[in-house]
Amino acid sequence: MLRAQDRPIPAPPVNPETKPFWDAAVAGKLLVKRCTACGAAHHYPRARCPFCGSERTEWTEASGRGTVYSYSVFRRAPVPYAIAYVTLEEGVSMMTNLVDCDLDGIRIGQGVRVVFKPTDGGPPVPMFRVVV
Amino acid sequence: MTIKRKAFIAGVFEHPTRKADEQSLAQLHAESAAGALADAGLAFKDVDGYFCAGDAPGLGGLSMADYMGLKLRHVDTTETGGSSYVIHVGHAAEAIAAGKCDVALITLAGRPRAEGMATGTAPRNYGSAAPDVAFEFPYGPTVVNQYAMAAMRHMHEYGTTSAQLAWIKVAASRHAQHNPRALLREVVTVEDVVGSPIIADPLHRLDCCVITDGGGAIVVTRPEVARGLKRPPVAVVGAGEAVKHQMGGKIDLTYTGAVWSGPAAFAEAGVQPSDIKYVSIYDSFTITVLITLEDLGFCQKGQGGKFVSDGTLIAGVGRLPFNTDGGGLCNNHPANRGGLTKVVEAVRQLRGEAHPAVQVKNCDLALAHGTGGSLATRHGSATLIMERA
Repeated sequence: MLRAQDRPIPAPPVNPETKPFWDAAVAGKLLVKRCTACGAAHHYPRARCPFCGSERTEWTEASGRGTVYSYSVFRRAPVPYAIAYVTLEEGVSMMTNLVDCDLDGIRIGQGVRVVFKPTDGGPPVPMFRVVV
Repeated sequence: MTIKRKAFIAGVFEHPTRKADEQSLAQLHAESAAGALADAGLAFKDVDGYFCAGDAPGLGGLSMADYMGLKLRHVDTTETGGSSYVIHVGHAAEAIAAGKCDVALITLAGRPRAEGMATGTAPRNYGSAAPDVAFEFPYGPTVVNQYAMAAMRHMHEYGTTSAQLAWIKVAASRHAQHNPRALLREVVTVEDVVGSPIIADPLHRLDCCVITDGGGAIVVTRPEVARGLKRPPVAVVGAGEAVKHQMGGKIDLTYTGAVWSGPAAFAEAGVQPSDIKYVSIYDSFTITVLITLEDLGFCQKGQGGKFVSDGTLIAGVGRLPFNTDGGGLCNNHPANRGGLTKVVEAVRQLRGEAHPAVQVKNCDLALAHGTGGSLATRHGSATLIMERA
């Protein structure tokens, strides 16, 4: 049993293209960009769809639920942590950390739910807790 | 248009140092260049094409041309991480085939040990303007934990085991024992690898490459120039390159860009994986080798673990000798970029100049493959096929 501890999280740099994502994060909401031209969701969010090239992208609120696609517990770090890719219900996978859990108990395919964790002087970032 | 046999590798050099406390970065580049030119029997004044990547100081090609006094009519600073130099050989062949230069020089150098760099274990940040950084850097992505996620997924989908990955390090160590300049010359066993400390699940310390200072250089020239020089000529017969990324969030960590660069290189060369006598496969981590071998078609997808087990990659033992200098896992990974030394050892094999204990008999066709960046996010893949001319 290796309990995940909080570690200092660097602030994400915010720019005009991604500001709505971070404003929503402050409000506890996870946004995903979706293209109204081809219908595909993508992540990380871009002004222009990486699948069809259209600028007709819009912000949509994600359910916040997903599953673990892959992960690695970085044991060499001063405070061990779990980096992961989580596949959201909306069909895109995002890099994240798995938190508030037993790091030795993480498995691919586990259900997870978003939680926002504070950063060092910036907006909170979406991380995920294992759903028991 | 094809580059097949339109350019030859005339000179190669692997810098002998593994810790460069007393040399500057530009100096290491120039020492490497001088070594490759001397190997070819050429001089700095003969160079009219120059290739370097992100490891070169200052303004890259401009700064190094200035430092070395080069008179250039072609310059290429394509940056795809550790795969850059494999791509550079292909680009040099294109430039030579198109008449844009006659003698192309490729250099690499770096001093991560002398500078105390936390190469694989510190999160890397390429600056706040990088479009990905806000969505990755807060989560602590390092070189090792990103490759580890690829390994974890491969294990999940295909049942690959740590013991199977360990065979790749075992093979590298068996080769490195014959290389007096290798950083790690001790022969290790599967038990040694899986018994070494976990760095990032599921990768152990001995699944990771070495960190070394040093560098290397390659000279590519026209066939008629190469045939007039003193060294056994090696022809470039096929090259392929690709970039794989997160595909807008449709992430699949079980394969690399080698699924595209490999077929392109094989098609240009007009050969099959079964024709290849020797391979240099980028080995930042054991998992890098395993996935690449699958993607290049040396075995079926998902069968890499079984393929590398029981010594398949060991010279004199298995049917596909790899990284006979000890590779990045044991010998050298200069500047944290192993692509150039992959080409160098392949050229040694084709010339018949590898260490006798690891020289592949009748080695007339070899492949070098580079992987740069991270398997989990963005990487360059470069495949180069060479033949004894």
